[in-house]
Amino acid sequence: MINKLFQHLAKHIDSFLMTCLLFTLLIGLFVLYSASGQNYSRLFGQFINIIVALSFMWAAANIAPNQLERVALPLYVFGVLLLICVALFGSVSHGARRWLSLGFTQIQPSEIMRIAMPMMLAWYFSKREGKPAMADFAVGGLLLLVPVALIMKQPDLGTAILISASGFYILFLAGLSWKFLVGGVIAFAASTPILWSMLHDYQRRRIEILLDPTQDPLGAGYHTIQAIIAVGSGGIAGKGWLKGTQAQLDFLPERSTDFIFAVFGEEFGLLGNLLLLLLFSLIIMRGLVIASQAPSTFSRLLAGSITLTFFTYGFVNMGMVSGILPVVGVPLPLISYGGTSMVMLCIGFGILMSIQTHKKLVAT
Amino acid sequence: MRAELKNFQHEQYYFRLRLGFSAFVVIVLFSLLAVRFFYLQIKQHDHYQTLAENNRISLVPIVPNRGLIIDKNGVVLAHNFFVYTLEITPSKIINLESTIAELRKLVEISALDLKRYNKLREESRNFESVPIRTHLNDFEAAKFAVNHYQFPGVEIKSRLFRHYPLGKLGSHVVGYLGRINDKDLAGLEKSESLSNYKGSDHVGKSGIEQFYEPYLHGTTGFQQVEIDADGRAVRVLSSTLPVPGNNIILSIDSKMQEIAETAFGEHRGALVAIDPKTGAVLAYVSQPTFDPNLFVDGIDVENWKALNDSLDKPLINRPIRGIYPPGSTFKPFVAMAGLENGKRLPPFSIQDSGYFTLANSTHRYRDWKPSGHGMVDMQRAITISCDTFFYGLALELGIEKLTDFVRHFGFGGKSGIDMQGEIGGLLPTPEWKMRRYKQPWYQGETVITGIGQGYTLVTPMQLAQATAILANDGVAMKPRLVTQIQQAISGKTQLIAAEVQDKIVLNPENIAIVRRGMMDVTLPGGTAASVGANAAYAIAAKTGTAQVIGIKQNEKYNASSINERHRDHALFIAYAPADNPKIALAVIVENGGHGGSAGGPIARKVMDYYLLGKLPEANATPLDLKAEPSGAIGASVIGGAATKPGAIPEEELHD
Repeated sequence: MINKLFQHLAKHIDSFLMTCLLFTLLIGLFVLYSASGQNYSRLFGQFINIIVALSFMWAAANIAPNQLERVALPLYVFGVLLLICVALFGSVSHGARRWLSLGFTQIQPSEIMRIAMPMMLAWYFSKREGKPAMADFAVGGLLLLVPVALIMKQPDLGTAILISASGFYILFLAGLSWKFLVGGVIAFAASTPILWSMLHDYQRRRIEILLDPTQDPLGAGYHTIQAIIAVGSGGIAGKGWLKGTQAQLDFLPERSTDFIFAVFGEEFGLLGNLLLLLLFSLIIMRGLVIASQAPSTFSRLLAGSITLTFFTYGFVNMGMVSGILPVVGVPLPLISYGGTSMVMLCIGFGILMSIQTHKKLVAT
Repeated sequence: MRAELKNFQHEQYYFRLRLGFSAFVVIVLFSLLAVRFFYLQIKQHDHYQTLAENNRISLVPIVPNRGLIIDKNGVVLAHNFFVYTLEITPSKIINLESTIAELRKLVEISALDLKRYNKLREESRNFESVPIRTHLNDFEAAKFAVNHYQFPGVEIKSRLFRHYPLGKLGSHVVGYLGRINDKDLAGLEKSESLSNYKGSDHVGKSGIEQFYEPYLHGTTGFQQVEIDADGRAVRVLSSTLPVPGNNIILSIDSKMQEIAETAFGEHRGALVAIDPKTGAVLAYVSQPTFDPNLFVDGIDVENWKALNDSLDKPLINRPIRGIYPPGSTFKPFVAMAGLENGKRLPPFSIQDSGYFTLANSTHRYRDWKPSGHGMVDMQRAITISCDTFFYGLALELGIEKLTDFVRHFGFGGKSGIDMQGEIGGLLPTPEWKMRRYKQPWYQGETVITGIGQGYTLVTPMQLAQATAILANDGVAMKPRLVTQIQQAISGKTQLIAAEVQDKIVLNPENIAIVRRGMMDVTLPGGTAASVGANAAYAIAAKTGTAQVIGIKQNEKYNASSINERHRDHALFIAYAPADNPKIALAVIVENGGHGGSAGGPIARKVMDYYLLGKLPEANATPLDLKAEPSGAIGASVIGGAATKPGAIPEEELHD
């Protein structure tokens, strides 16, 4: 009886992906416990976040891809409207206008765009069967740019980058021409000196510090420097759980959110880092396999974008913590503390599972 | 349908190609991360390990308690006490001005405090806390403590402060503590004791505080403290306790010191009293004095100016840095030189008609008594201070023999007292004069050297030491202010043994002649008969008067004060009891006139107290040594003659 119920509940759950996710989430809870200074309420909060996120994942996994296809356009329009609302009368916190107050709670519409954007573009290109024309990519680019510009204006660089990436992956997977890609890169590289000369000194200074944090060790560079010290001092096997001095003695800022990877790297060392890279790689590879097997244009574009966006999350976060990428506010997926980001991430994985499991149903 | 399928397959193939490329990029970028991790965590691990440890562990010095300075009877001359200070850590403050403005509403912060704070801030590092107010009382401390939460980066701390309970009394002996400056740092670095001064703000700047700094300071302890990012100590990992500084016990009796200082009245001058048998310095007076407490917390400009610009030069350590012509106090030593060289042995005597002339000159070297003293032998020459007698003796000895001999008594060299900055005075020789003035030595200069005039310059310390050597039959004991060094915790004391510096072989008969001459000085008919009146012990003494050589006068001083500053310096040396000397001393009263009348009474009070325990009549009430210092420095400007009488630059003074 119970067995049957379980089977029913797990019908649309991809067991491989689920195993990797649960393992990663478990590691995340351990790291968070350490990073929060052994704060049980924080740990419990994150546990609730995970339960809620997994529920959303289950729900998303049970919605058939063609259902999703139908809501893609309305969701996108709804998201853009909310973003416009934010720009007009959003509430300001920490110098950024990101939230919409609904009286009883606040929502962050840019989070909705994380799902709505890839869905919208995947839907758009699925409607253009056959080889998409240049014009289609132009329209796709426009659909991408409008919300990204609104989010950049908030300003929320991290989210803007991730949403741009999720949209770009659709364009890329839909067959954006190599010539255009290479040409774009060359054009950007060529225009850099001109753009540079147009900047004010203080703007240049900001970019310089973004690229080389050691120029401002007590200001903007402090985070990166302390994070690198934490990771580097971890060594091969790390200092041990709860024993990272950088983490436990407050040297690491934002250590339960954006810089949680520094705590992980300090306490679990190179071996821990490689294990995490492995888990992430397994999740990504599974996602890519799901994408490659997906039956429809919409589903495979969406699956590919969700997977590569997850990769982007992880790479940007670990890169910034280990000092090879500038510091932008991107949390470490599945590990960093935070409810919204966790829910959006799991909805993405839910969609992946939905694509994988509903395909079989279609086939039979 | 078929075309659609084909199209689909083609599309899927194309999609998978792109997906494969993406997977490739994922692997490349993740490998890049792995390489980065390898670099940070393996290659650079040691480096970051060190940085993390440096972040985490802070060595906090524990400053040792400074040793006390105690007089021979246990009266504390310098001690430490805890004071509440209000301190600001600049790096933790966002707006310093507004913070200070807010603090001022709670605790009084004067302009002076602010000035000192700004000065200290420049000297200290940003993350060190710097006192903005010291000596908070309990009420102020409590008031701030209640409002502490409003002032992140501001703290109440307690710091050890040096205090000199007797204030101005004996301040040149005790010296004072001051903030460590660049020069002190260089000195500490040279002596390789810099690491011992981590956490110490102060160092001895003068007197015993300076000379015995290595003993007084103690050994700094260290705590290895784990700190968090705000610099707060989380826990102590290990600690090495500091070793408190040693207590320094002086040979000075502060009561006698007070009697001597009081005896000077308003006069400037110096007194050094020595136990001739041990070299222990019994009293060490430099008048006027100053309140050393002013220096501890960093002296303010007004007080510094008052001290430094005062014509009375209260900051000059006169016993070792004041140089004066010895005048007639030089005569007993010239007498010894003569006798030991076989000159003027009894019954030799001269007929003094009031002056002396050189063989082929008409210039008259006058005696202080124009009519002359009549028949004078060696003993009487000392008693009546006959100039004519010593003119001839000096000439006959010659300058070389004279200076060579008296040099044994410590003239022209440092006494070696345990105090820094001693000046060696000057014993002139023909070579010196040639070097200094490019001129030959004249016979007349030898003549006047015989009565302690001319180029000869001595410090009060030298004069006292020479007297002590004479009193001790030629055995020179090393003079010293400290008799014991006491460990603070165990109380174990290390005695500083009396040390023979030199032994001058002197004929006892010759010593006896000079002694008798000097004893008669304080008897009726002597130049200081009043000094010996009603004395219960025999006093051997010699008076002296030194002319103050012209000094450029500052025009704004009025005539009467100029006169005062132009008066002769009064000198007086003595030892007693004459047959078994227990105390030898030298007194100089600047512009005091005659040595017997100005210096004698001071010497008598000191000897009466030391030998008989008798308090001066004017001071018959017991001296209150525990009294708090009055604080203010008497900066009354009287007139304008410097302590240094000659125009001879210091480098010539065997400094």
